[in-house]
Amino acid sequence: MFTDFLKTNGPELLIKAWEHLYISLIAVLLGILVAVPLGILLTRMKRSAPVLIGAVNILQTLPSLAILAFFIPFLGVGKVPAIIALFFYSVLPILRNTYIGIKGINENLLEAGRGIGMTSWERIRFVEFPLALPVIMAGIRTATVYLIGWATLASFIGGGGLGDYIFTGLNLYQEEYIIAGAVPAIIMAIFVDFFLARVEGKVVPRGLKGTKQAV
Amino acid sequence: MLKLENVSKIYKGGKKAVNHVSLEIEKGEFICFIGPSGCGKTTTMKMINRLIEPSEGAIYINGKNIMEKDPVELRREIGYVIQQIGLFPHMTILENITLVPKLLKWKEEDKLVRAKELLKLVDMGEEYFNRYPHELSGGQQQRIGVLRALASNPPLILMDEPFGALDPITRDSLQEEFKHLQRTLDKTIVFVTHDMDEAIKLADRIVILKAGKIVQVDTPDEILRHPANEFVEEFIGKDRLLQTRPNVELVKQMMNRSPISITEEKTLQEAITLMRDKRVDSLLVVDEMNVLRGFVDIETISEFRKKATLISEVVNREVFSVKEDTLIRDVVQRILKRGFKYVPVVDEHQRLVGIMTRASLVDIVYDSLWGEENTMTTESV
Ligand SMILES: Nc1ncnc2c1ncn2[C@@H]1O[C@H](COP(=O)(O)OP(=O)(O)O)[C@@H](O)[C@H]1O
Repeated sequence: MFTDFLKTNGPELLIKAWEHLYISLIAVLLGILVAVPLGILLTRMKRSAPVLIGAVNILQTLPSLAILAFFIPFLGVGKVPAIIALFFYSVLPILRNTYIGIKGINENLLEAGRGIGMTSWERIRFVEFPLALPVIMAGIRTATVYLIGWATLASFIGGGGLGDYIFTGLNLYQEEYIIAGAVPAIIMAIFVDFFLARVEGKVVPRGLKGTKQAV
Repeated sequence: MLKLENVSKIYKGGKKAVNHVSLEIEKGEFICFIGPSGCGKTTTMKMINRLIEPSEGAIYINGKNIMEKDPVELRREIGYVIQQIGLFPHMTILENITLVPKLLKWKEEDKLVRAKELLKLVDMGEEYFNRYPHELSGGQQQRIGVLRALASNPPLILMDEPFGALDPITRDSLQEEFKHLQRTLDKTIVFVTHDMDEAIKLADRIVILKAGKIVQVDTPDEILRHPANEFVEEFIGKDRLLQTRPNVELVKQMMNRSPISITEEKTLQEAITLMRDKRVDSLLVVDEMNVLRGFVDIETISEFRKKATLISEVVNREVFSVKEDTLIRDVVQRILKRGFKYVPVVDEHQRLVGIMTRASLVDIVYDSLWGEENTMTTESV
């Protein structure tokens, strides 16, 4: 039964999977570009930071479908609104981890940086960012895995991806469609997480491995 | 070279941490700020590189008011060694020590040349370049911390309890090493500590602070001999006052010049006979040139009596010695702190010339008690 499905839908399945992957990855990438600098910025704003983090936290608890629906009147349907909605979801874990990662750095190290004459920018670049990187990477991994899951909902607003199969399957009570949508999404999440773990191993400074003093 | 003029710091909330402090520091001087916790020593030091901005008064470096300088530039011209080491764990030793040169945009090859010079200063080899701080011992890490501050060769270095986190023995040797380094490199040092032993050992002048005010500024000897008031006296501690005796300062003036020693090719039986004759429980072991090689004590000998016959088989080579021109007060501290019963004294070729024992210390203590009674009428007897 399932082999029949693959025979007729195989190439299409690949296309859907590809769509699914790039929707998620573009959203995460945008999320990184926005959330990391924003997180760093938040660490400079002593008073407003907790408020802002709290606000983003609340946004995060809104059901994904509601967010997707919310964007329809403004952005219509299709891939772009799907990516934008997913992007919103990727911001929080990355933002929060960037903020926590930097806040968790030993005060002594920050003062050492200041004391030997680093500018604000040099401190971010040479001290805060590299030291927070393990925590930031963890946020990115979480965000990516979530997004690959949530990207199935993108189909709801015409974003395509593996969600198309799931929704079709639900509508027509055809479980092979549901499986064809869900299983590749799961496998994709596992693979991407594995890949990011490798990336993390590459980018996290060697001196931090096996030590916990940075975070 | 460094001048504090009527400097005060009032923190938000009205806490007056530093209260009208004025102080002039010469080039090449080693200054220790000391006082009880919360007396404002760290605050005073951090105002010098503008980590903290003074609320009142002015600070001049070589005649220039530091408030007219860019803080980042100012800090790059002043070495800074922080409490708890403060090396960057994600950078290699090479990257850590060449950080300031990097900020100053030195050329790669200049940085490398400098890094090699620096490691040589503390007898560490280039094999450390690519290690990370956590792979080094605490003492080595703090050596690197000091090198980082020396990297761009700043004339002035600020140090915030740099050796506080080290174990006493490592601290002791690092202090010695650093004092030597400071003399050779002719640096001006402002050093914060709450350890009086450390201040006495390192400082050319000690600045004693209490509640944000300077109580006394003087050389260690002056402070020990003439504490300005009861607070200083109490802060120094009575036992330390006993360690100063005006005329006797060097070990060679005070040591016992006939230490009991034995050579390695002698037998254990001979050692036992010698110990019994001389009524000692430990013998210093020397070679035919009288160079100190180690020691044996009665416990070891009785333990190995059946298994070994020669001294060379049982000698303990981990013997701690001092040079004959060491200051007495440094030896006193070692003997007391490390719990030694005696310390062998050697000349510059490691030849055994004498021994300082607890008994010789007792003489010093008696002398100083007796001396005090005659010269001063204080209640400290
Ligand atoms: N940022 C700060 N805000 C308010 N008070 C401070 C601050 N830093 C230090 N103090 C207070 O100023 C006094 C002097 O502090 P400090 O210079 O750190 O003393 P020390 O180094 O001698 O222990 C202390 O009473 C301390 O509590």
